[in-house]
Amino acid sequence: MELLGLLSEGFLIAFEPLNFGLIVLGVVVGLFVGAMPGLGSVNGVAILLPMTFLVPPASAIMFLAALYYGAMYGGAISSIMLGIPGASTAVATTFDGRPLAIKGEADRALIAAALASFGGGTISIVLFTLFAPPLATIALDFGDPEIFALMMLAFATFVGLSGDDIAKTIFSICIGMVMSAIGFDVISGEPRLVLFDLIGFQSKINFLVLAIGIYGIGEMMWTIEVSRGDSMMSKATVTVDRVMANLKIFWNTWKTWFMASFLGFFVGILPAAGATPGSLMAYGVAKMTSKTPDDFGKGAVEGVVAPEAANNAASTGSMLPMLTLGIPGSPTTAVLLGGMVIWGLQPGPRLFVDEIDFVWGLIASLYAANLFAALINIAFIPLFLWFLKTPFTILAPLIFVLSMVGGYAATERMFDVWLMLILGVGGYLLRKLDYPVAPAVLAIVLGPITEPALRQSLLISDGDLMVFFNRPISGPIMITAIILLFLPLFQALWRRMRNKGGATAG
Amino acid sequence: MRRAELITGILMAALSAYLMHKSTELPVGWISGEGPGGGFWPFWLAAFMLLSSIWVIVNWFRRSSPPSQSDEPYMDAYALKMFILVGGGVTAMIGLVEIIGMHLAAAVFLIYYIRFLGGHNWKTTLSIALPTPVITFLFFDVALNKFLPTGLMDPLYIVLYDIFL
Repeated sequence: MELLGLLSEGFLIAFEPLNFGLIVLGVVVGLFVGAMPGLGSVNGVAILLPMTFLVPPASAIMFLAALYYGAMYGGAISSIMLGIPGASTAVATTFDGRPLAIKGEADRALIAAALASFGGGTISIVLFTLFAPPLATIALDFGDPEIFALMMLAFATFVGLSGDDIAKTIFSICIGMVMSAIGFDVISGEPRLVLFDLIGFQSKINFLVLAIGIYGIGEMMWTIEVSRGDSMMSKATVTVDRVMANLKIFWNTWKTWFMASFLGFFVGILPAAGATPGSLMAYGVAKMTSKTPDDFGKGAVEGVVAPEAANNAASTGSMLPMLTLGIPGSPTTAVLLGGMVIWGLQPGPRLFVDEIDFVWGLIASLYAANLFAALINIAFIPLFLWFLKTPFTILAPLIFVLSMVGGYAATERMFDVWLMLILGVGGYLLRKLDYPVAPAVLAIVLGPITEPALRQSLLISDGDLMVFFNRPISGPIMITAIILLFLPLFQALWRRMRNKGGATAG
Repeated sequence: MRRAELITGILMAALSAYLMHKSTELPVGWISGEGPGGGFWPFWLAAFMLLSSIWVIVNWFRRSSPPSQSDEPYMDAYALKMFILVGGGVTAMIGLVEIIGMHLAAAVFLIYYIRFLGGHNWKTTLSIALPTPVITFLFFDVALNKFLPTGLMDPLYIVLYDIFL
């Protein structure tokens, strides 16, 4: 019952006028950001983070978390109406959302998406509330070897589970870590990696320079190239009668969104997985377990419900390791984590002891954000549809301007604005060759935690690497990480063996 | 695409080698009593970068990664045109910051993009390009006290600061 007491105190904080106003604002901004093709939660959070310096840190985080939530709802709107996902997390929503819209049932899809998002959000926040405190309590005992092992596990999930080119994934992780090492050595304080002896590299590269470069400038250039030609928008009629009828249809899908919410939450916890694969998996499972799998892809309501419940659940799931362990479960939470560090809030188990008001205020704000996102989403569907007509040739330059201004405001150095441009363009060019960019962003945020953990561990053990393996918690984590690292290799060997077996049999 | 993959692989290998070299400015080995030296971490990370770049190049020769099999151009005519017009525009905007300040550079960039790249009419263009610097000024300079660069337009801003601050 202590939990309920803490939670109700959290609600008092979340409903303070400033916080409450920011939660609603965050939800609205998130809905727009999510709805616009080419912009997802990570772009919104990265570009708008510097703007939140106006308010106290706790309020700023609530705003950004609400934005994250809103974006998960918003992504469905353009998936359904335009047939192009508003964010990668809403890709699976196009599969059945678009056919429904073409059939003239866009309102059904939109409302199912909003309600499924709400269901997924609610279940996952309850799970979050239950899991976070015990996990934080366990994590309080973690020493340097455990922290390093956890970091290894986080990066191993990218190699083992993301499905990207492995060499390029490792490259992306390492370059992000190296970028975080530029400036000076945190332990000895000596200048380090002052690249090309430029004065600008004598201090650390702020993670926002990379995040805004990649997710502001790089992402816009990518979207401009990919989204040639205009899209067709469907019509939606929204009346009270139809809303009520749709509610009933939605209730019949409760099994689907229940399953999808749990699946999404646990997939969301994994750093490399997150909302996009979570929603695709939920779609797959919904289709597999459906009595009428043939309807999927032709406009099945379950086909909208499953991915939307899962992507919201995953976004909450990804906050669990961020807050309790200090390891972000998604690129968006990586940026959030970086922001928290700027504000002097060190994410990790200590947060649950030292910043108890903040933690529970944030958790309560998630409940509030989830509810308001659902209400605002359904109430203002016509407004979002109108907004979706904004041509990209107006939105894109505004994002470029926001990126430049936000990048400057973060560090107040023109050097960083140039660096941001170079990293953004570089990231775009590398992305065209299938180099994944998310691991680098995670790495630049986690680098400053990983390096001291490694060096301190080795100091304790006098250079013996076994320190990571012979402790009761770090050992299993490290072994899991190593299995994940070699998973693609095992898979390749397995495929080769099966092919050989198949060839001799055939 | 194939050529771009190889060139990028070689460039990234060179970058990794440079980073490894740069890391050795600090001790990369064991310092007794202090543990690994300051260059240890970036050195080995850069070493892994180099190894993965070589792996990318090996994959190129074996034609086992999608970009190394693709015959499509790395950038077709449209992509290249947009890359030059958009990337060039953003670069010019940041360059202009040093001369006319960030607020005005943003306005010039918006006019360039919305009117000339986007082909919108002047009314739409100006209704976005003109309020933007005012809003960024009020938000950053006035509300946040984060003074955005003014370039050579200092005298103008001294007057504005007098009025608003």
